[in-house]
Formats: sequence, C-alpha cells, structure tokens
Amino acid sequence: MPADLPILSLITFSPLLGLLVLLFLPKHRSRWLKVTAITATLLPLLLSFWLYADYDGVKGGKPYEEQATWISTSLNKEAVGEVSSYTFEMQYHLGVDGLSMPLLLLTTIVGVMAALASVHIKKRWKAFYIWFLLLEVGMLGVFLARDVFLFFVFFEMTLIPMFFLIGIWGYMNREQAANKFLIYNGIGSAIMLLAFVFLVATAGFRAEQLPEQQQTHLSYSGSYDVIGANLADPNAYVNLSPEQTQGTDNPLYLSERMHWVIFLLLLIAFGIKLPIFPFHTWMLKVHAEAPPSVVMIHSGVLLKMGAYGLLRFGVFMFPAQTKDWATVLAILGVVNILYGAVLALVQKEFKLVLAYSSISHMGIVLLGIASLNEIGLHGAVIQLVSHGLISALLFLLVGSIYERTGSTELKDLGGLARSMPFLSGILLAAGMASLGLPGLSGFVGEFLSLLGLFDSMRIITAIAVLGVILTAVYVLRSVLGITFGALPERLAAIRDVRLVEAVPMIALLAFIVLIGIYPAVLTLPMQHGFDSLLRQLSDKAGR
Amino acid sequence: MDATQQLQSLSWSDAAYLAPEWILIAFMIGLAVLDLFLPRRALTGWLTLAGLLTSLGFVVWRLTELANSAGQTDAAGQQVNGIIRIMADSYRIDYFSSLLKIVFLVAAALTVLMSLGTVKRSDISDRGEYYYLLLPAVCGAMIMASSGDMITLYIGLELLSITTYVLVGIRKHAVQSTEAAFKYVVTGGISSALVLFGMSYLYGITGATNLGAIAQGIKEHGIDFPAILYVAFFFLIAGLGIKIAAAPFHYWAADVYQGAPTPITAFLAVVSKGAAFAVIFRIIYNTAFFASSPGKPVTNDVFLVLLILAAAAMLIGSTMALRQFNAKRLMALSGVANAGYMLVPLGLSIKGMHASGFGEFVFYLAAYLLMTIGALAVIGVIGKSEGNDDVGSFAGLYHRAPWTAVAMVVFLLSLAGLPVTGGFFGKLFILLGAMQSKDYWIAAVMVASSVISYYFYFGLIRQMFMRSTNDSDVRVPATSGIVIWLCAIATVALGIVPGPALDWVNSHFTIVNDLFVQFVP
Repeated sequence: MPADLPILSLITFSPLLGLLVLLFLPKHRSRWLKVTAITATLLPLLLSFWLYADYDGVKGGKPYEEQATWISTSLNKEAVGEVSSYTFEMQYHLGVDGLSMPLLLLTTIVGVMAALASVHIKKRWKAFYIWFLLLEVGMLGVFLARDVFLFFVFFEMTLIPMFFLIGIWGYMNREQAANKFLIYNGIGSAIMLLAFVFLVATAGFRAEQLPEQQQTHLSYSGSYDVIGANLADPNAYVNLSPEQTQGTDNPLYLSERMHWVIFLLLLIAFGIKLPIFPFHTWMLKVHAEAPPSVVMIHSGVLLKMGAYGLLRFGVFMFPAQTKDWATVLAILGVVNILYGAVLALVQKEFKLVLAYSSISHMGIVLLGIASLNEIGLHGAVIQLVSHGLISALLFLLVGSIYERTGSTELKDLGGLARSMPFLSGILLAAGMASLGLPGLSGFVGEFLSLLGLFDSMRIITAIAVLGVILTAVYVLRSVLGITFGALPERLAAIRDVRLVEAVPMIALLAFIVLIGIYPAVLTLPMQHGFDSLLRQLSDKAGR
Repeated sequence: MDATQQLQSLSWSDAAYLAPEWILIAFMIGLAVLDLFLPRRALTGWLTLAGLLTSLGFVVWRLTELANSAGQTDAAGQQVNGIIRIMADSYRIDYFSSLLKIVFLVAAALTVLMSLGTVKRSDISDRGEYYYLLLPAVCGAMIMASSGDMITLYIGLELLSITTYVLVGIRKHAVQSTEAAFKYVVTGGISSALVLFGMSYLYGITGATNLGAIAQGIKEHGIDFPAILYVAFFFLIAGLGIKIAAAPFHYWAADVYQGAPTPITAFLAVVSKGAAFAVIFRIIYNTAFFASSPGKPVTNDVFLVLLILAAAAMLIGSTMALRQFNAKRLMALSGVANAGYMLVPLGLSIKGMHASGFGEFVFYLAAYLLMTIGALAVIGVIGKSEGNDDVGSFAGLYHRAPWTAVAMVVFLLSLAGLPVTGGFFGKLFILLGAMQSKDYWIAAVMVASSVISYYFYFGLIRQMFMRSTNDSDVRVPATSGIVIWLCAIATVALGIVPGPALDWVNSHFTIVNDLFVQFVP
C-alpha cells in the first residue's frame, strides 16, 4: 500500500461518492439507484479488506493514523496572564488499531449486505439510499475517529439518518419508534457530550514551554491520545491534587470523585446504546418497526457502537474505575443475558424474539469487558463482530420471510422448510450460530468471554452459563416453529429466495463459519490492541 | 468633576466616525420623502437594502482600520488600540460594538430581502413605511451597542423599541397584528420603566451617567450600600430580561411574534434581542463587575442571577415549546431557550481560566441569526402559500418544495445543536466555557434543554418528511429563496469551519479595552 495514501479517510468517505451520483439520478429509476448505492457500499468494503491485508503486515508496528488540525482557535488570554498562545484544538484524526479493525470490517460487510437487502424497499428509493449512505459514513467514522469531538460528530451523523430511515420506511408505528429512538439516543449523546467536554476542559489541557524563547503554549485538546496520556500521567495537571501543588488552586484538577462522575456518565451514555438493561426499551421498538434492512444495520452495527465507546472511552481511559466496578459490570451483563433470554422465550413475534436475543447477547459482551484480561476482552470483541453478523443475517431472513408471508408472528408461520428449503436451511444455520454451536462464530465469542470471566468471578460465570441454555431453548422454539410443522394453506404457493437475496445470506454465513473455525482472522489484528490497557491495569495492581 | 470636560461637544472629525449611523438616518429621511412620489413601492425596499449595505460597508471598513491599528505605537511610543471614543466615552467604536453592528445590519438586510417576496399589498397598505422604519430601528440597536453612557443607551433603546412597536402593528387590518402591537407596547413600556428605575439607582449612588464614572463611583463608595446596588442590578436585569425574552419575562414573546409580519418577527428575534444583550454586557461589566468587597459578594450574586435566569429561560422555553402547534409561536419559545444559551457566557464572567465569554456569545449570536432568520424565512414562505402558520401546514413539504425542506432541516438541526452546523459549535464553545469555569450545573441544564428541544424540532421534520398532503407545490419567491440559501450555506459553513471566526474575535477582543468604559475626569 502506498505510504501517503489516506486510506482511512477514503474508507470513511467513499460512500459519499455514491451519494453524489445518486443526487443526479432521476428518482423513479429504482434499478439505477439501487445499483449505485450497492456499488457505493462495496467501495469501503474493498478498501477495508485491503487495509486488513496490509494491517496484518504491520503487526505491533506503528498503526495507521491520519491527522490534521480541524479547528484551532485562540481563547481570550485575559484570565491566564502572559502566555504566547492559549488555544482550543480539535483534530481531524483517524486511526485504526486492534479494537477498531474488527468492527470496521463488520461495518463494511454488514453495510453491503444491508444495501443488498434493501431491494425490498418499496418507495422513495433515492432518499432512502441517500440516508443509508450517510449512515454508513457516520458508522465508519465512529470506529476510526481519534478525537472525542470528531467521534461525537460521527456518532450524531448516525442518529439523524436513522431517524429518517425508521420514520419514513418503517412499519405501522414507525413515527413513534423513530421518536423513541431519537429521544433515548439524544439523551445518550447529550450525556456523552457532557462527559467529553468535561474531559477536554480538564484532562485535555496541555502546557508546553519552549525555554529558549520564554514562550508558553496552553491548549485544550480533544485528542484521544492527549486525554488518555494526561489521565494516565501522574504528573499531568489533571492529576495534581491540592496537596501536591502546595495549596495553590489548580483549576484543572480532577478529583477521584470527578473521575467516577465522568466514568458513570460514559457508562450511562454508552449503556443506552448498548443497551444495558433498564435502558433497552427503545431498541425493541426499533427492531419491531424499522424496515429489516435498517435493522440489520441497527442491530448489526449501531448497538456495537455502544460497546465500542464503552471500551474506548470508559475502559481505556478509566481502567481503575473499571477494575473497581468489574463486578457491577459483570452483574449488569448477567442481568442482560437472563432478562433477554427469558423474555425472548415468551415472545409471539419473531422480530421481538430477535430483539430480546440481542439484549441477551450484548450481555455477554459486558461479561467479556468485566473480565479485564486478554482472553475475555478478545471474547467481547469477537462476540461483537459475531453477533453483528448473526443478527444481520437473521434480519435479512426476516425481510425475505415478511416479503413473502406478510407476517412475522410466530403463529402465522410454520413449515416453511417445505416451500422454501434454501431459506429455511440458512435460518436453521443462523439459529445454530446464535445459540453458540461450536464451529460457528457465536461459540467463540461466548466461550472466550466466559472463560475470561471465569478467572475472576466464578459464581457469576456459572449463572451466566444458564443463559446459554435458555438461548438454545428460545432459538430452537422459534426457528423450528417457523421451519417445521404444518404449512399454512395460504403459504403453500410461496417461492424460495431469489439470487439477489441468496448472495448476502451465503456471504454472511460464510463469514460466520470462517470466524467459527478460524477465529485468528480477528484475533491476529487484535493481538496488541489491549496491551496498553492491560499494562495500565497491572501497573495499578502492582502499586 | 469638571463640567466643561464632561460636556465635550461633537466635532466634525468625530462625526465622521458615525458614518454608519448617519447613512441610516439619511436614507430614512430620503425614503420618507421619496415615498410620496414613488409609484412602485418595491423600490423602497431595494433602496432600504442599499442603505443597510452601505452602512454595513462603513462598519466593516472601520473594523478593519481598528484591527490594522492594533500593535502600532503612537508618537510617544505608547501602544495604541485604535478604539474611538467620542464625547467622554459616551459613544465608542470598538470591536464589541462593531461586531454586533455587523450582526444587526446583516440581520436587517436579510429581513428586508425576505420581506420583498412575502409582504403582500393587501396585507400591508403602507409598504413604504414598513421598509424605511427598519432603518431607525437598526440605528437604535447600533447606538445601544456603541454607548458608554446611560443616556445614549436609553435613547438607543427607545428608538429601537418605538419603531418596532409600529412595525409589529403595521398590518392595520389584522386583529392579531393590532393585538400584538398593543401587548408589545405595554410590556415594552414596563421594560423601559424597569430599566430606567434601575438606572436611576445607579445614578443616585454614584452621581454619574457615564458607565466609566459609575464604575469608579461603585469602587469608591458604592459597595458600601449593597442593598441599593442589588435593587439597581435586579431591576436592570428584569427590564432587559423582557427585551431579550428570557423566562420568566417572556410571556409577550409568543403573542407578539405570532402577530407581527414574519420578517418583523425575524427582526425582533435577532436585532432586538441582540441589542438588549449588548446593553446587558456593557452595563454589567461596567457596574456589577466592580461591586464586590470582602463580605459583600454583590458581583458573584449578580452573575449567579444571570446564570439562574439562563437556566430558567432554557428549561421553560424548551418545555413550553413542546405544546406549541403554531410555527411562529414555536420560534418565539425557541428564542426564549436561545436567549438562555446566550446568557450563559455572560453569566460565566471571568472565572478560573475562562474569559472568552464574549467570543462564545457573539459566535452563538451569529449562528442564531442564520438559523432563526432562515427558519422564519421558510415559515414566511409557507405562511404566504398556506395562509396560516400552523405546524400542520408543513405537512409533506418535502414533496411540495424538496430543497426548501432540506434547508429547513439544516436550520432545525442547527437549532437543536446537532453537528455539523453553526448551532452545534455555538453550544459546544459555550459548554466548554461552562466546564472551564466549573459551573457544571449550567452545562447540565444546557444539554438537558437541548434534548427536550429535539422533540419539537424533529416534530417539524416529521411533518415535512413523514406526512403527506394533496396540496400543490409551494412557490418560493426568489428573494426568500436567496435568504434561505444564504442562511443554510452559512450555517453549514460555520459548522464545518467554525475556527477562523471565533479565532478572529478572541484574538482581537479584550474585556479591558472593549467592555470597560474608561472615564477620564
């Protein structure tokens, strides 16, 4: 790969190319619009594969970074006395590391598959694909941004397109679902912004002195690296307590209590997105009301942004707090697993079974995070990718089923194996992946997360395993109910899937199998992703 | 004090600095006479626009002169700051006033431009008056921004108020308009009374009307009478609180904004509000700022009251807007919440490492100008085509005027404080200021109010994109279209490159040189 190629920016903004073409296409040409949009999602996929291939080569070396100053604006100096500059800085800073690489791949893969699945969209294709591509830019940016404000901008860039996608193209109660989505996520992002600004105004502060010229440069920076380094450095301004400064007032000091406040703000902000148990109601609505191809994105990628944010900002920046609260996180995870699984067991609607199953599976991610060791963290990330692929596949199937049967109520469906053998086969395989059959990706994620947690919290792990059993029950109950049994009269004449639907199904299943039998495709790039975190944790323990 | 020095007279060279104001007055008189002979009244509108732009040109020219003079030294080797002070500082041309004048003139020019397409002859019979009365109104706002003396301040305030009373009621045959004008006159009168009452206490305690002299008086002996100072400041804040429509002094806003012709609503929302903010900045920083002594924390209390007022305005404005179904009333209440956001940098003052309040304020004011005028221009177009301003009249706008709907989304996102718009960075800079001065609670109130506001801003978006009607296409007049697109493009531009604007303000403006009136007895 040429060294000066801004590959990360290309990946992030390549969907915009398709958007530009879309703008000039007439809005009734649905075929042209679809082909353009699908091509536009293929660009980041190919580029990210290229990046992945190259990334393996730089294992442990310097990761990819692209950096430019976005905003550098001076502040009024009258409060700080004689300094040569006093600025506020925001970077356009993209980077990829072991944590973002797997999620980037997940996004580009699910993006293409969801674009293919959008053939079922019936109206206003042009607007649909414009929002869809904007959403993809936002998601890609979230996983690559290395400046807290840039992260926030991309995060919000996913909010607005989703609002439109749910509200215009969803089912009956679409507007209500869009509103609920907006308000819950709006609250989440508001809390996140509060935490970020808090961090920038304290830990983001830097004072650089050039002794020979007697110059002092003060700046507030939104850079993830600066904030992270300052938080970890005991001599940074943010960590100088009044005792250390001999009583002089340090307006930048973050006390232990304030660390906790920010950590909790971040936990709630990303907990809403993840979702953690009491904050989950909005995502049920979205699962039930959004069009299936949008749910593929939502369940496949957007929920992962919550976990990613929690890891990137909550865990990486506040390792001490995470360690103290590891048990709480684990308990939250177990609550998610059991609550989701029990409620999935009694749902009458297939989409809601899948929604509750998402809650349950995201609980496992929390367990992996709570373990705070390499095995568990790897498990958490693999679980993210694996669940992203599996739920994308399941909702792809839901879209195809609904298209033919006009219903997703479990009681209306049955015996589909007879009329749609191909679809039923894939559904069965997806169900197996979801319940964690060895050899498929779901197993790897669950197993590693639980194994990691077993080190530190045996009882909680034991309880969590109960959830795995429940998962088997509810998945089999719904999947078998749909595929076997008596075929209702009115469904006798339906056709099996077309090629355009089969391709993404096979592709997604192939990735699920690949991760299941060869998880190293994900763990290799992750190898050094958690080094600095684990080092910090062991430093804390050693001291 | 030497009376002769205080009564400096206006010399010809001083008068030249007042060119922007003179131009406005000259155009006003000229148009008033011309109006009697002109057959085509639209021409009055274009000439008004020309007057405003000429004036704007002079303000910008003066501002560049000011910036060029920075860093130079005079014959005696003293640093000059280039600030022009006329008549013992009763009239000042500094960065503070020049920047605000640019905001006022741009807002007024956009108001005129959007009027050209939407003001109907059947609605407003005196279109000549309608246009040329905007000129003294802007002139009043400019005087308010430039004054360093309570007398000139008050003259500016009344010039602006009285002309806007007329403008609000100019749709003589519409009951709603007359009612709005009456309400506006009454509340405006109360506001002026409260301001005068507060000013009289300041005069009583210091014996001066010049703000610099008042500052000295307060430092020397005023602080011995904290009770009187409290009365003075609180009455001033209440009186000006009515003008900026900050809760709990906002009840007139919804009625008046609804009754006034839509372009005048935009004028009230930006120019009247901005000018009152200018007065608060100037008065508070020259009086309350110096009113502290050990054991008598008047300064802190006044700034705290400003923050409380800000919090009340944000929360009450956003919450009350939830139940509004008229677009103009919605904008009025959104204006209440926005007054709250703009009060935050004012109330933060200089604390810890934070002194950038004015930069944050003026950036937000610029973003507010663009999004509010843009949104009201859209509302004006819809109102003209539908005959009412109900939220329901936006239904299916996406199908009837797609690009206008897209522009409206930009304004609403900016109002809601979502990236990438000017409104987002406006709020972000204010939030950062609040965090720097460790006023966490006001930051929390700000984001809470923003989230509440999502609900009604996105309610409008829902109407435009998710509802459908069988109504015909909306015709957008060219002049309104220009306003809408100028505002939309500028809003996005401020959202992508907010740096240079704020950087320029913060590196030129200083509280010491611009806000403090230096009285030399």
